Amino acid sequence: MSRKPKLYYFNGRGKMESIRWLLAAAGVEFEEEFLETREQYEKFLQDGSLLFQQVPMVEMDGMRMVQTRAILSYIAGKYNLHGKDLKERALIDMYVGGTDDLMGFIMMFPFFSAEDKEKQRAIIVQKATSRYFPAYEKVLKDHGQDFLVGNNFSWADVHLLEAILMVEEKKSDVLSGFPQLQAFKARISTIPTIKKFLEPGSQRKPVPDDKYVETVRRVLRMYYDLKVN
Amino acid sequence: MSGKPRLTYLNGRGRMESIRWLLAAAGVEFEEVFLQTKEQYDKLIKDGLLLFQQVPLVEIDGMKMVQTRAILSYIAGKYNLHGKDLKERALIDMYVEGIADLMQMILMFPFSPPDAKEKNLDSIKDRATNRYFPVFEKVLKQHGQDFLVGNKFSWADVQLIEAILAVEEKIPTVLSGFPQLQAFKTKMSNMPTIKKFLQPGSPRKPPPDDHYVETVMKVFKR
Repeated sequence: MSRKPKLYYFNGRGKMESIRWLLAAAGVEFEEEFLETREQYEKFLQDGSLLFQQVPMVEMDGMRMVQTRAILSYIAGKYNLHGKDLKERALIDMYVGGTDDLMGFIMMFPFFSAEDKEKQRAIIVQKATSRYFPAYEKVLKDHGQDFLVGNNFSWADVHLLEAILMVEEKKSDVLSGFPQLQAFKARISTIPTIKKFLEPGSQRKPVPDDKYVETVRRVLRMYYDLKVN
Repeated sequence: MSGKPRLTYLNGRGRMESIRWLLAAAGVEFEEVFLQTKEQYDKLIKDGLLLFQQVPLVEIDGMKMVQTRAILSYIAGKYNLHGKDLKERALIDMYVEGIADLMQMILMFPFSPPDAKEKNLDSIKDRATNRYFPVFEKVLKQHGQDFLVGNKFSWADVQLIEAILAVEEKIPTVLSGFPQLQAFKTKMSNMPTIKKFLQPGSPRKPPPDDHYVETVMKVFKR
C-alpha cells in the first residue's frame, strides 16, 4: 500500500511552498494537515514527530522528514529531478541555493512592520534584478537550452519559476530586462503538471495575508517583528 | 597547476569552515586564497567568478562552485560521505541542516551589537542543550553505533563534531548532560584525518576575533 506524502504546516506558503511546488511538478499527489492552534503544535512537540521541534514536516516513505532542504533534495532525487550525475546535481544545488536565498527575503516579508515592508520590497527587487535574475538569464543565454541544467527538466527549473512568480507579485514588471527568463517562465508554466498546479483549486497557497501571519505568530508564539538587514 | 581544490574566502571561519572540515575529514588537500581587501573582492565579481557575487568560492573539478550547501553536498557525494542510498542521504541531510541552523547562530554571533551578545550567547546555549544536542544524543543512544548514520562515517559526523567544538568554545561545560556526545567527540577527534586537522598548523581557522570582523566589514562594504 503506497500512501501519499502528508505535509504538516500552516495553511499558507512559508517554507512548505517549495515542497508543494516540487511534489506537484513531479506529478505526486499529497495530503496536508494544517497547523491552526498552539495546542496542535504542542501535541506534535510532545509526541516527538518533529525532530528539531519545527515544521515543515513531511511524512513520506516511512520517514518523518524535517528540514526543508533535506525534504526537497529527497523528493528531487526520488523523482529524477536532481540531475544525472554528481556534477549536474552540484549545478542544480547551486542554482536552488540562489533562488532559495532570494525567496528567503520574500518569506520574511509578511513579518515586517509596515514601514520596514517598503524597505524590504525594495531590497527584494534590487536583489532579484541585480544579483539573481542576471545569473539565470546568463545561464539560459549561454547554453540556449530550455532547462537550466543538462537539457532536462529539474528541481532548479521548478524553484526558479516559483521565485520568478513570487517576485512578480511584488513588482509585476520585474522581468522586463530579462528576455530569457520571460521565455523560460512561459515554457515552464505550460509543462502539464505545473500548468495544473497554477490553476485555481490546486494546493498552491495564496500570497500570505494577515490571517496567515496571525496564525504563525499564535502557533509559534512569535510576537516580534523581523527587522530589515 | 595542482588540481587541488582551491578555496577563496576570508582568512577566518565563517561559511567556509565547514568546507575545510569536510575536505580535511575526507583526507583531501586544498589551497586557499584569502580575501583581504574590497578591491580583491570587486575583482572577483568583475571577472565573473562568483555566480551570485558571493563567497565561499571553491574551484574543484573544473567547476567554480558557490553556495556552501551545494559545495558540501558535492564533496560529501564525491568522497562517499553522503550515505549509501537516498534514504541514508535524507537522514544525513536532515542532521546537517539541523546542525547548520545551530552553526548559523554561532556564525552571526561576532557581528551582534555588544548589548545583544549576552542574550545571543544564552540563545546558543538554549538551542544547543534543548533542541539540537538532545536529538543526536538520542540517535547515538538508540542505535549504539559509533557514527550517526548507517554505521559508517559520514558528513553528518563531521558536521556534528565541528558544531560540538564550536559551541564548547563558547560554553565549555555544554556537553555535561550528554554522555553519548562526549564519547562521540572523543572518537571523532581520534580519527586520523580529523586528528590531523585538530593539530596546530592545519588549515583549521581560529575563533573569529575583532580583526576578522573588521576585515569582513571592510571587504563586503557597499
